[in-house]
Amino acid sequence: MKIGICAKITPDTDTQVKIQGDGIDSNGVKYVISPYDAFAIEEAIRTKEAHGGEVVSFTVGDASVLNQLRKGCLALGADRAVIVSDGAALATDSLGIARVLAGAIKRDETDLVFCGKQAIDDDNVQVPAMVAEILDWALVSRVVEFSVDGDSFTATRSMDGGVQEVVTGKLPAVITTDRGLNTPRYAKLPAIMKAKKKPVNNLELGDVGLSADDIAPAVRTVSWGEPPPRPQGRLIEGDVDTAVAELVRLLREEAKVI
Amino acid sequence: MSGILVFAEHDGGTFKKSTTELLGKGKQLADALGTNLTAAVLGDADAASLGAYGAAKVFQVGGDFSDYSSARVTRALAAAVEASGADVVLAASNYVGKDALPRLTARLNGGQGSECTDLRAEGGKVVGRRPLYAGKAFADVHVDRGPAIFTVRANSFGQPTAGGGSAEVVALQADGEARVSLVERRAPQADTADLTEADRIVSGGRSLKSLENFDSVIRPVGAALGATVGASRAAVDAGYAHHNEQVGQTGKTVNPSLYIAFGISGAIQHLAGMCTSKVIVVVNKDFEALIFEHAIYGLVHDLFEVAPKLEAALREL
Repeated sequence: MKIGICAKITPDTDTQVKIQGDGIDSNGVKYVISPYDAFAIEEAIRTKEAHGGEVVSFTVGDASVLNQLRKGCLALGADRAVIVSDGAALATDSLGIARVLAGAIKRDETDLVFCGKQAIDDDNVQVPAMVAEILDWALVSRVVEFSVDGDSFTATRSMDGGVQEVVTGKLPAVITTDRGLNTPRYAKLPAIMKAKKKPVNNLELGDVGLSADDIAPAVRTVSWGEPPPRPQGRLIEGDVDTAVAELVRLLREEAKVI
Repeated sequence: MSGILVFAEHDGGTFKKSTTELLGKGKQLADALGTNLTAAVLGDADAASLGAYGAAKVFQVGGDFSDYSSARVTRALAAAVEASGADVVLAASNYVGKDALPRLTARLNGGQGSECTDLRAEGGKVVGRRPLYAGKAFADVHVDRGPAIFTVRANSFGQPTAGGGSAEVVALQADGEARVSLVERRAPQADTADLTEADRIVSGGRSLKSLENFDSVIRPVGAALGATVGASRAAVDAGYAHHNEQVGQTGKTVNPSLYIAFGISGAIQHLAGMCTSKVIVVVNKDFEALIFEHAIYGLVHDLFEVAPKLEAALREL
């Protein structure tokens, strides 16, 4: 079985985001593999350990992503990394990225692809579902339990309101991974050294059967901004009884939320 | 503009709160842009009743959609969008909105703005304002090719008042394999509403010190307020609350009218997940806790003293 991972490199969650021009100021930002993608990587490796095969990661990004992929993906057990760093691919929208990834996944004849349920930078939550639609594959999002048996899979998806649904389907499939699915392993030093020798395929758009026109973005960002300042708050004085009574009064009479 | 279509979701025939909220906003946008409002209904529900919220026509796709499949919902919505000729689609950013709407965007070769907290008409288009980096930044986006698909975070606009009127219903059929089949549906572990749609949230942090304290101190306040219970990552990692209950950048992003934080210090990841809450109340005995910067009302007191008294006061209302 050939198992794919879509992995994105994002700023770490403790980043203080500052807007600069049409993006964020990357000065001093620490980059990591997006936290939900770490569950995807772990699940792909576990699936290979149980059933055999090859684990390949797919990333759209510039040359700098390789360093993170070696440490956070290849050193953990992925066999190979595919990186598309074509200029047009770096300037497109979610659908453009999904077309590139779908092209690379198809080129590699992958049977099963794990993606984090969302990347924690642009929070679009679009690419995995778009990849499934482009490839005409099954899709299960926010998966917290997963198993494969032959060409069938069983997945538990975490729906709204804490409801969980167990579903089955046939491969090929896109599975998006949520917290709770597994506990990602850490890389050991010898594995990090070995990961430096693992193969990396750098692809251009043409290699995945696309032209720049095919991935022209539809979504335009008109402006960027920081969150609006919050209204001035106040501390409620007095002992506990007084403060609680005053809080309840303010919530009713001033804020009108209870 | 050739129209705005709202994906009108229902639970066994009862339209969701998010549906009426979206119809209210959709009607305002349609009026501002001089176009019409339509809706798409999948399966059995009183589609004509959506006329009360300004939908001129409702495209109703026949069949049983109770076992959810993104592939089927995508094809059904695509049929409705094509029949209506709409160039703007509005949907809730719930599970289905996150799972099926990007498939629809890909199928129709359009563009999508996800989890918008505001929508406005500008220059003949709809512009969506959406948080990025879990709310640490915002972007205004529009779509300049194919249908513009916007998913909207719950409680962004408030509920419209229902008027009179009945919508014309157009029956449609859509094919397509489900691709997945349901084996089992498990009820929620805790008896709570969904955090992402909750209008009131009571949240606890590491200061609770134990699972027992979390259950005996935080949950009763939540129950007294009719609120959903949330937790900081520290509390979840320590095992005091379920990971479904985690609020923050790697948990749930929430947008309630009222958010009460007990014993939460305010790590940047937590603040990112709850900073769009309209009224934030902070209870923390450490007056230097970062989260006080976001509080509308702050109480510098021990949460173990405040919580039972607040619970009692709320029960008396």
